[in-house]
Amino acid sequence: MSEAFIKLDAVRKVYQARDEEIVAVSDVTMDIEQGEFVSLVGPSGCGKTTLLKILAGLHQQDGGTVSIGGGGVSFDPSRDVGMVFQAALLLKWRKIIDNVLLPAEILGLPMGEARERARDLLAMVGLDGFEEKYPYELSGGMQQRAAIARSLVHDPKLILMDEPFGALDALTRDKMNLELMRIWRESRKTIVFVTHSIPEAIFLGTRVAVLTARPARMADNFRVDLKMPRKLEVKTSGKFGRYALRIYRLLGLE
Amino acid sequence: MTTWMAEKSKHYGLIIAIHLLVVLIWYLFVEIWDVPAYVMPTPQATLAALTVDYNWLANTKVTAIEIFGGYFIAVFVGVGLALLFSWFRLLNTTLMPLVVSLNMIPKVAMGPLFIVWMSYGVIPNIIIAFSICFLPILLTTDRGLKEIEPDLVDLVRALKASRWQIFTKIQLPGSLPYIFSGMKVAVVLAVAGAIVGEFIASQEGLGYLMLQVQVTLDTAAMFMAVLLITLVGVALYLLVLALEHVFVIRDSRVQ
Repeated sequence: MSEAFIKLDAVRKVYQARDEEIVAVSDVTMDIEQGEFVSLVGPSGCGKTTLLKILAGLHQQDGGTVSIGGGGVSFDPSRDVGMVFQAALLLKWRKIIDNVLLPAEILGLPMGEARERARDLLAMVGLDGFEEKYPYELSGGMQQRAAIARSLVHDPKLILMDEPFGALDALTRDKMNLELMRIWRESRKTIVFVTHSIPEAIFLGTRVAVLTARPARMADNFRVDLKMPRKLEVKTSGKFGRYALRIYRLLGLE
Repeated sequence: MTTWMAEKSKHYGLIIAIHLLVVLIWYLFVEIWDVPAYVMPTPQATLAALTVDYNWLANTKVTAIEIFGGYFIAVFVGVGLALLFSWFRLLNTTLMPLVVSLNMIPKVAMGPLFIVWMSYGVIPNIIIAFSICFLPILLTTDRGLKEIEPDLVDLVRALKASRWQIFTKIQLPGSLPYIFSGMKVAVVLAVAGAIVGEFIASQEGLGYLMLQVQVTLDTAAMFMAVLLITLVGVALYLLVLALEHVFVIRDSRVQ
């Protein structure tokens, strides 16, 4: 029997607020294969970020089980996670290359190799020649590219992205979607990607999980059967539209 | 000469010019209104006071040691306490209000008590300078540490970064712009603290010297003492600016 890389079973997380309990996440059951790109989509307050932090090992779930590492893929929770947030969160006192190297420094990896790898990654995300620049010299989209390179530098098996393109303008966002699709295919990482945008979730995901806010639960989880590599025109296809409608319905936006 | 160098020399030229202008106004003021020397000496007379044997060098050295000593202890204690407060919430909620109210005690009024407790000399003056200037450093460091994005800390915590790694790689460099703004405010307080200590009780230092020459109404020497105290303060301030220039990149400096 083949086992999934990540197995989530009835994961639940509750926050205590004054005298009432707020359910942030519930009923999250999902298998994620190694190399999958999973989009978590839903409105604000649906627990997407909480779920991501549980996967990162930053929060402990209150119920259910989370198991990462399976299907023949080992997983070391202390070094196999890379994270990208809505803000690039680059250290402004460090050059781009040194920002990318941060996880390698934290983990105490051999710096010579790491530096070489950081250079390759910067080239991969299209920041060739920006190694010695400071973050303020880069545009928002470029800073986010650097943040993606940083999430890959220690060669983690799982990349967690929390609305990484939420702060970018629509055109830059489309462009970054294409770039991320390419980066994911080149790096063959498992990516869990949180977004508000339904088209973005479908366009990038091999799988989409839909989370609703009230009640906070996982409402749907389906494979996206669109051919890879995807180009922007896929967004105009009937299939894409039907996926979008399916999600809109679940979120009560019909 | 490159344009950059031209810009720089113009900049420094202006700074020197404006200071010389003040000296000129001082000179003209004394000359035109014929101000008596015991009220206000001329710039030349003030400079001439250096030729009188008042142990200028030794006294300046003592005052400088008190100012720099108190100041740098305050930097370490201020940054250290802020860090401990950020690590241990209980410490923050219990001790921070205490530190703030203790700070409301006028340190100048505490001076005589310090003398009772520790006799007089360089050490009590260092402590007065320290106690008067450390709070702004504590407060700005505390603020700077709070400005660090929690997501950034999560990012390295997911990699099981140690507390020390988080401090040295993220918290300390991230709050440096704030620390330096507190350090700049603290310079003038450290100078005031050291001089107050010398006024209250001491046997050496520029503040002590001022009280000595006041008796003989040697106003020129008093002017010179004030000038030297100011110079020590300016030297400390320039040192802080230089450190900021080295450690804080231009974009993140708090203006």
